Amino acid sequence: MKMRIEFELNGKPVSAEVEPRLTLGDCIRHELLQTGTHIGCEHGVCGACTVIVEGDAVRSCLTLAVQAAGKRVQTVEGLANGDNLAPLQQSFQKHHGLQCGFCTPGFLMTAHALLTHEPAADEERIREVLSGNVCRCTGYLSIVKAVMDARPAYQANKAVQS
Amino acid sequence: MKMPQFDYACPSSLEEAIQLLSDNEGAKVLSGGQSLLPLLAFRMAQPTLLVDIQKLAGMDRIEISADGLRVGARVRWCQIEDDKRLATAHPLFQFMINHVAHYQIRNRGTVGGSLAHADPSAEMPGVARVCDCDIVAVGNAGERVIKAADFFVAALETSLQEDEIITEVRFPPWPSGRRWAFHEFARRRGDFAIAGVAVFFDIGSDGVIADAHVGVIGAGDTPIRLDAVEQLLNGQRLDEELIGRARHLASETVDPQSDIHAAGDYRKSLVGTLTARGLRDAASSGAVK
Ligand SMILES: Cc1cc2nc3c(=O)[nH]c(=O)nc-3n(C[C@H](O)[C@H](O)[C@H](O)COP(=O)(O)OP(=O)(O)OC[C@H]3O[C@@H](n4cnc5c(N)ncnc54)[C@H](O)[C@@H]3O)c2cc1C
Ligand code: FES
Ligand code: FES
Repeated sequence: MKMRIEFELNGKPVSAEVEPRLTLGDCIRHELLQTGTHIGCEHGVCGACTVIVEGDAVRSCLTLAVQAAGKRVQTVEGLANGDNLAPLQQSFQKHHGLQCGFCTPGFLMTAHALLTHEPAADEERIREVLSGNVCRCTGYLSIVKAVMDARPAYQANKAVQS
Repeated sequence: MKMPQFDYACPSSLEEAIQLLSDNEGAKVLSGGQSLLPLLAFRMAQPTLLVDIQKLAGMDRIEISADGLRVGARVRWCQIEDDKRLATAHPLFQFMINHVAHYQIRNRGTVGGSLAHADPSAEMPGVARVCDCDIVAVGNAGERVIKAADFFVAALETSLQEDEIITEVRFPPWPSGRRWAFHEFARRRGDFAIAGVAVFFDIGSDGVIADAHVGVIGAGDTPIRLDAVEQLLNGQRLDEELIGRARHLASETVDPQSDIHAAGDYRKSLVGTLTARGLRDAASSGAVK
């Protein structure tokens, strides 16, 4: 039986008619046609599908769309401001934090959630958090560097807010 | 794979949730979804209805008092990691949970879900067993308090009834100065442990071990306690000779299965090694850790 759900996607209200078994990731891609979020393993081990729900990074393949009803959801489409890449994305570009790009939305959303909560995260913490995401291309070093180098932007943001 | 079809309900009271479970054959509780949804993606489960407990009030807190710890079933791993009080109120619990899964999964996975899922390698069932926790469940017949020793029946099998929902888990108080350690071995960070050993004991004024607890995950059908090793330790002074005997006995006591992750013999040996490491570590731990 299909259910109607409403939630907020990257700041805009959206709605969809979904079967309860539809994952949030598939809902975002196939119903809402935002294909920035990538689906890899579909069972929680690769991290490609990571999105942010109410501020927390979560696996969108292990979240049902119906569970997100009424919540705030953010995907990689929500990072840039028009054609201007967000500081984290610029840092990935600068440090070659991506090659094929399949894993990139998951890494970006994971790192974005982390640095939003913990703008002073040290290298060990960053490595630990990124350990839940798989990348077949880069060998990770450039991703770790990119995330470390993006920290000042988040620290400045936090300073402005408080 | 895409998941099989099921219905979904998101009740706002415990009574309503229990009613839904008892009225619908094949209904299942949905908490963090971090174990259940992978099972569905592999089509290893076919529930008719998922009863989402995200709106049930009052099950998402950690309460600390002189009687011990009460941890709500919907408490997520990240809450345990972030709770500064636990560093003294129950350091072993916090340390063990810090080994569970990855960042994104830790934002969703819950205490009650892990207990009900009953993976023999999982840390939450292990810490509940080694600490003699009480697991509180509510169903149509009312509330039951189940000892961890009676709760885990086999791999992925518990003594919960179909209409029962875990509401909280209770830990006995943790005296300050207690010696403790936890060691697990996993190939990659965040993976399930191939095996893990938790130890804790107190040292009396006479300098001998009292109230030794040794718990093992990943080396049986359920999380287990090594009674023989505990008896060996109680009343003794901890030295290298005793650690050697404990290591040997721990290995001999467990009878783990072989699976794709490791051979049974390897696990046996690993349990001995981790026990020895744990005892050495615990000896030097005390209140400061
Ligand atoms: C890649 C990956 C790695 C992981 N690594 C680890 C690890 O290293 N260690 C570890 O311990 N776990 C690990 N997990 C599992 C994770 O910790 C799960 O979150 C946890 O085991 C289940 O919690 P949940 O809230 O997600 O439960 P769910 O998936 O929602 O439910 C699990 C089961 O419990 C039942 N249930 C849930 N809540 C209740 C309740 N209150 N009362 C009665 N029944 C209930 C459900 O019906 C279901 O049968 C991993 C998971 C993944 C995907
Ligand atoms: S697609 Fe979700 S973790 Fe791999
Ligand atoms: S850039 Fe190709 S998988 Fe990471």
